[in-house]
Amino acid sequence: MATVRTQSRPSTSPLYRAFGDRLFAGLVLLLCLLIIGIVLLIGWQLGWNGARAFEVFGIVGFLSSTAWNPVTDVYGAWPFILGTLITSLLALALAFFPALAVAIFATEYAPRWLGNVLSYALELLASLPSVIYGLWGLSVLVPALRGVQQSLFLWASDHAQWLLPVLGNPIGIGLSAAVMVLAVMVIPYTASLAKDSIALVPAVQREAAYGLGATKWEVIRMAVVPYARGGILAGVILGLTRALGETMAVVLVIGNNKNLPFTLFGPATTIPSAIVNEFGEAQGLQLSSLLALGFILFLISGVLNLLAAWIVKRMSVDGRL
Amino acid sequence: MEEKQSLISPPVPLAQLGEDQNLKPRMETRGLSVYYGKKMGVGSVTMPIYTNQVTALIGPSGCGKTTFLRALNRMHDLTPIARVEGEAILDGQNIYTPGVDPVEIRRKIGMVFQKPNPFPTLSIYDNVVAGLKLLGVGKKSVLDEAAERSLRQSALWDEVKDRLRAPGMSLSGGQQQRLCIARALAVQPEVLLMDEPTSALDPISTQAIEDLMTTLKKHVTIVIVTHNMQQAARVSDFTGYFLTGELVEFGPTNTLFTAPKDPRTEAYITGRFG
Repeated sequence: MATVRTQSRPSTSPLYRAFGDRLFAGLVLLLCLLIIGIVLLIGWQLGWNGARAFEVFGIVGFLSSTAWNPVTDVYGAWPFILGTLITSLLALALAFFPALAVAIFATEYAPRWLGNVLSYALELLASLPSVIYGLWGLSVLVPALRGVQQSLFLWASDHAQWLLPVLGNPIGIGLSAAVMVLAVMVIPYTASLAKDSIALVPAVQREAAYGLGATKWEVIRMAVVPYARGGILAGVILGLTRALGETMAVVLVIGNNKNLPFTLFGPATTIPSAIVNEFGEAQGLQLSSLLALGFILFLISGVLNLLAAWIVKRMSVDGRL
Repeated sequence: MEEKQSLISPPVPLAQLGEDQNLKPRMETRGLSVYYGKKMGVGSVTMPIYTNQVTALIGPSGCGKTTFLRALNRMHDLTPIARVEGEAILDGQNIYTPGVDPVEIRRKIGMVFQKPNPFPTLSIYDNVVAGLKLLGVGKKSVLDEAAERSLRQSALWDEVKDRLRAPGMSLSGGQQQRLCIARALAVQPEVLLMDEPTSALDPISTQAIEDLMTTLKKHVTIVIVTHNMQQAARVSDFTGYFLTGELVEFGPTNTLFTAPKDPRTEAYITGRFG
């Protein structure tokens, strides 16, 4: 019954006077606190167990060091942070316009039945296990990509030598494969939220543009997309958090190379792939460093989410998505 | 016709009006019907819309006056189940002739809606010139000039001239509606359709928009749908009374309100019904 008493203002609001209402309010509050508690506990656990890495190398030292050597027991987080941010942001950039196009087509152009089929397909894609995307990447995308990369590489070695260090080894597996797989995984999230948000644009907004003599495309550009921009952004953010934490699909295609500099074609790494690759055998300082990496990812996701929530709020029309 | 008309001014016969004013219809409908699926929204309406006059469409809720108004600039094209029959003639051409581009029609026939609907992400200035930008006008001097002209015409200029870059949504409801009027006027339409433009506004804003209409009609032909009979009597030169999708009576506002020919019109305007 202690939780019931934590419910504030039972005397002021008649809504909470009945015993059943108070019990329910207390239960809901308890569950809310539980969620917040779990988040804090995860953060604390990661931070606490990773603290040794920060102690030994220093906070700045651990964050900025590019060394990661279990033999000499020296660890640094920079390649993993860099790899995570590069793959996620590039994937997002690659996914944004296709996702928006799908959303606009599904709501504005497709006949109703096709729109419904598209919605269903998007939900299915979003719920597909990520290891499937990884397998698809490994068995279909990587071989195809390898051919493209090799011809680009050959062209560059004849015509633009300076490009070669940027491109890296054209082996298929690597940064560009990871970015593409991630982009495909992000599209359903972004498109789905953008679609819902576009469907909520009031008819009077569309009519305002039509009444000015706008064509359908001009109506979409002028009235629909600007009005829905909050929801579209929310979809982008959701995609970003998915991309940041994505593990299986990335591990399979990224090539797991922690030596900087990363190249466009060549292998790279991310925080989740480092953890999944090394966690099994790690102990001592290495384990602590991996947990510290996890803590860094936790913070990056948290900060980006907060930033995103703030941006979405600023961009939303009438405070709705 | 400069001073406002009122219920008590003497009726003027239509024929005489036409002679005195050289009234020419800007638009005309002939047997215009609108169907939603199989249901009839408006049945075979034939009426003129005189140049530089205010024409009011009145009638009880669901009588088809808004449906008729929206047929005048092909807004029903956006509703898949709606179907229009008959003719709506603008400058001698039926706007429903196959091959006529509804986008072109809507550029000539502007519209103001029941609820103020400025584009929420655009500034006051960008809202006003939105239509011109659609037409491909990019020259800043032209846009500036058009913005000032339309904002002056919609009697908003003095209130917003110092904050043209502020968001359109920062204005009050009445100002937003005048902003929407300015937006419609910026492309210099021949006809302005107003669908209950004051029903979401307070009395003072309503007064401002009514005053506006009497000056605006020098530049543009106005058709207004209104729930409010007093408003129709105050602002309009001609009135059409709709009932269950049918145009019961059309005539000069004075005549219609003081000496209605049809007993159903009389019943409505004397408040026995509606």
